[in-house]
Amino acid sequence: MLMRRIGRSSGASRSCFFISRGGFSTTTATSPDGTTLLPTKTSTPSSSTKSINLFTAINQALHIALESDPRSYVFGEDVGFGGVFRCSTGLADRFGKKRVFNTPLCEQGIVGFGIGLAAMGNRAIAEIQFADYIYPAFDQIVNEAAKFRYRSGNQFNCGGLTIRAPYGAVGHGGHYHSQSPEAFFCHVPGIKVVIPRSPREAKGLLLSCIRDPNPVVFFEPKWLYRLAVEEVPEDDYMLPLSQAEVIREGSDITLVGWGAQLAVMEQACADAEKDGISCELIDLRTLIPWDKETVEASVKKTGRLLISHEAPVTGGFAAEISASLVERCFLRLEAPIARVCGLDTPFPLVFEPFYMPTKNKILDAIKATVNY
Amino acid sequence: MSVHLLKSRNVVSHFRSKLGFLAITNQPTCWNTNLNHHFHTCSRSILQNLESPHEFLCENRNSLCFHRWESTMAEKHLNVTEHAMDYPGGKVKFTSDMSFIPGSPEERIHCYRVLDEDGHIISSSNFIEIGKEVAVKMYMHMVTLQVMDTIFYEAQRQGRISFYLTCIGEEAINIASAAALNFEDLVFPQYREPGVLLWRGFTIQEFANQLLGNKADYGKGKQMPIHYGSNKHNYVTISSTVGTQVPQAVGAAYSLKMDGKDACTITYFGDGGSSTADFHAGLNFAAVMEAPVIFFCRNNGWAISTPVADQFRSDGIVSRGQAYGIRSIRVDGHDAVAIYTAVHEARQMAIKEGAPVLIEALTYRAGHHSTSDDSTRYRSAREIEWWRGSQDPVSRFRKYIERKGWWSSEAESDLRANTRKQIAEAVQFAEKTEKPPVAAIFQDVYDVVPSNLREQEKLLRETISRHSKDYPSDVPV
Repeated sequence: MLMRRIGRSSGASRSCFFISRGGFSTTTATSPDGTTLLPTKTSTPSSSTKSINLFTAINQALHIALESDPRSYVFGEDVGFGGVFRCSTGLADRFGKKRVFNTPLCEQGIVGFGIGLAAMGNRAIAEIQFADYIYPAFDQIVNEAAKFRYRSGNQFNCGGLTIRAPYGAVGHGGHYHSQSPEAFFCHVPGIKVVIPRSPREAKGLLLSCIRDPNPVVFFEPKWLYRLAVEEVPEDDYMLPLSQAEVIREGSDITLVGWGAQLAVMEQACADAEKDGISCELIDLRTLIPWDKETVEASVKKTGRLLISHEAPVTGGFAAEISASLVERCFLRLEAPIARVCGLDTPFPLVFEPFYMPTKNKILDAIKATVNY
Repeated sequence: MSVHLLKSRNVVSHFRSKLGFLAITNQPTCWNTNLNHHFHTCSRSILQNLESPHEFLCENRNSLCFHRWESTMAEKHLNVTEHAMDYPGGKVKFTSDMSFIPGSPEERIHCYRVLDEDGHIISSSNFIEIGKEVAVKMYMHMVTLQVMDTIFYEAQRQGRISFYLTCIGEEAINIASAAALNFEDLVFPQYREPGVLLWRGFTIQEFANQLLGNKADYGKGKQMPIHYGSNKHNYVTISSTVGTQVPQAVGAAYSLKMDGKDACTITYFGDGGSSTADFHAGLNFAAVMEAPVIFFCRNNGWAISTPVADQFRSDGIVSRGQAYGIRSIRVDGHDAVAIYTAVHEARQMAIKEGAPVLIEALTYRAGHHSTSDDSTRYRSAREIEWWRGSQDPVSRFRKYIERKGWWSSEAESDLRANTRKQIAEAVQFAEKTEKPPVAAIFQDVYDVVPSNLREQEKLLRETISRHSKDYPSDVPV
C-alpha cells in the first residue's frame, strides 16, 4: 500500500491521500457486460513506475493514445501550447499541429466537430476547458453523440469521441471554475461518464475511455492536477470501465464516492476507525453505466450506505445510487442511506468551506448512520 | 498611430523597420520635439520625395539620422497617404474617415442562373454542359421525387404513416446537387434532402420501410418517418434537431483531408438552420481548420411559419460567407444546371484547396412544412400556387431536355404511372412487413448491452407477458 499526503498551506480543510493497491481491482463481481474481471496490465509489481502528478499522468495517456493510433486527434481551446492545465504539453510538438490543435472558442463547435471526426472512425479527444463551460455542447452531447449509434440502427457511431473536462472545487474557483456537472450527463443513455480519483487511475481510465467504442465524458478533478502525486506505471495500460473499486475494506458502513471527494472520505474513514467504526470505501469510477453489483455486495455486507459528492445534493448522482440500493437492499439496511453533498446553491467563493462536503460532515454522518 | 509614437521611443524603434518613416508624415505636430521643426517644414517635401526615399534620407541625414531606417526599400510600394499596422491577425490600413459600413449592400448579391423559366440557356452563362445520360437520369429522379412526395404525403393523410414532409419546389436542389457530387462525398442532411439519397440508389422500398419503421428499416424503427440514413450510400442519419449536422460535417471533412481522400462532405440546412449557433460554429471551424466541406443552404423563404424577414436581416446567407473567410455563391434554386455547375465547382475547390465553400440556393418551400402544418394559415394560397406553378424546377428542366430531344410526353406519362404504381406497392409491402423485435429497444444504446439494460429488458418482458393487450401486436416480442 502506498500513501502520500500533501498538505495545503491555505488553511483549507482538504488534504490529499492517495491509496493505491497493487494494481488489481479488488472487487470480485463480474463486470457489467458479463465477462469476468481480468487483472490489469499493471498487475506485475515489477513494471516500472514514476512518481508523477495528475496532469502529467493525463499527459502521458494522451501521448500514448496519439502514438498508438495515428488516426487520433486532440483539440480544444489552448491545447496547442500545452493547455491551461498543462495536460496537452508536448503533444503538438511531437505529433504536429494537424493532430493537436487549437479550436475557436466555441464548445458546441468543439463537440460537433469531434462527433464528425469520430463518425469517420477517428479517436477524437476533445477538451472542454472547464466543465463549467460544457453546457453549450450539451445539445451535441445529448441529442447527437448519445444517440448517434442508436438512431442510425448502428450504421453510424461516434464511439471514438472522448470529451475531457476539468471539474470540481479548486479552493478559489467560485461559480464558474468549480462545478461538478456529472449528474446532468448521468441521465443520458448512450454516453459513459468516468471520473478518476488519482494519477494512476486517471491514466488507465482515460486510455480505456479513448479506446472504448462509445462516446465518453471524462471529468478530471482539477484540484488534484498538481496536488495528487502517485507512482504511475510508465507504460500503456488500461483500467476497466463500469467497474467500481473497493479501495478500503470494512464491515460497519459502505461509503461510495468518486474523484477528489474520495480523499476527503478516506480521511473520514481513518478518523472513524479510531472510534471503532470499520468503513468500506468504494470508488465508483464509472458513473454510467455504473457497477451496481459491487455496491450492492458491499451494502449487503455492512447494512449501511453513505454517498458523498461535491455537486449539489438535490438531483445529484447520490440520489440515483440511493434509490437503486434501497430497491436492492431494503431489508438489509440498518439505517437510512446518507448523502453528504454540496449545498443547493451556486458554488460560492468566500463560502466554499461551508458549501463543501467536508471530512467532519462525513464523519458526523458516519456516526449518525452507525448509531441510528 | 502618432499617439503611440509620442508615448514611447521604444515603441517607435520597434516599429521603425515596419513603418519606415511613413508613420510620421501625417501629423508632424505630434512628433517628437527634436524633429518637430524640421518636419513641419519637411513634411511636404517628404511626400514629394517619397518615390526615392533613400535619396531623400541621404540628403537630410542630419534631421533623420538618429533613426536608422533599415528597410525603407521594402516600404516603397506602400501608399504614402495611408498608415498601416500589423495587428495580431494581419496588416490593417488606417483611415481618417469615420464612416460605418452599411448593414446591407446597395444591391443584393447576384444570383447565378443558367436556365430561364422556360428552360432556355441564358446565352451569356458559363456552365457545365450536362450530357444526355446524366441529364435524363436527373430528370427522372426529379420526377420520382415529386411522385414519391405526393404519394407518401397522401399515405400520411390516410393514416398509413404517422408523419411526412415534402420537398416540393426543391427537387432541383436535391437531385442536381447530388448529381454533381461523387458517391464517396459524405452527406450530412437536415431533413428536406431525400432526393440526394434517392440519387445515390436508395430504393423506394427502402424509403417506405423507414416510413413504416419496420424490421427492414436500417434505423430499426427508432425514429420518426423521413429520418433516413444509410452508411452504404454515404448519407448520415437525419436527426430532427436543426443545424447540429453542420459542425459534424466539418469534423468529417477534416478527417477526409487528413486521410488524403479525394472526397468532401456536404451539409444541407435551411434559412432557419442558418440562424442556429451550430451554423456559426460550423462555418468558423471549417475556415480555421481548412476543411473540405460544402455548406449548402436551401433558402426557401420559410422556417415553418417564420418568414425570412423574421429570421435574419442580412442579405440572405451568402453574404455571411465572407464574414467567416469562406468563398460563397448564390444560385437559382429552381435551376438544375446552375446548381449542378455550382456544386461541381465547389467540390473541386473544396478538395483541391482543402477549404470550405458556401452555396445559397434561393427557392420557395412550395409545400407545407410537414404533414403537421397547414401553411395557408400564414401565407396566401395564391402565393403558394404562383411559386409552385411558375418556378417549378421539374418542368423547367423538362423543357430543357425536351428541347434537346432527350425526353417526350410519352416517356413522361410512362414514368409517372410506373413510379406511382411502384411507390404504392412499396407502401403496401412495407405495411405488411413486421416491426423490429422488442430486443431492438435495448440494442445500440452502447456497442454492447450493459447490465442495467439487460435487467430492464427482463422486467419489460415480464410486464409484456402479464399485460400483452397494452402493447402493439405488430412488434414481435
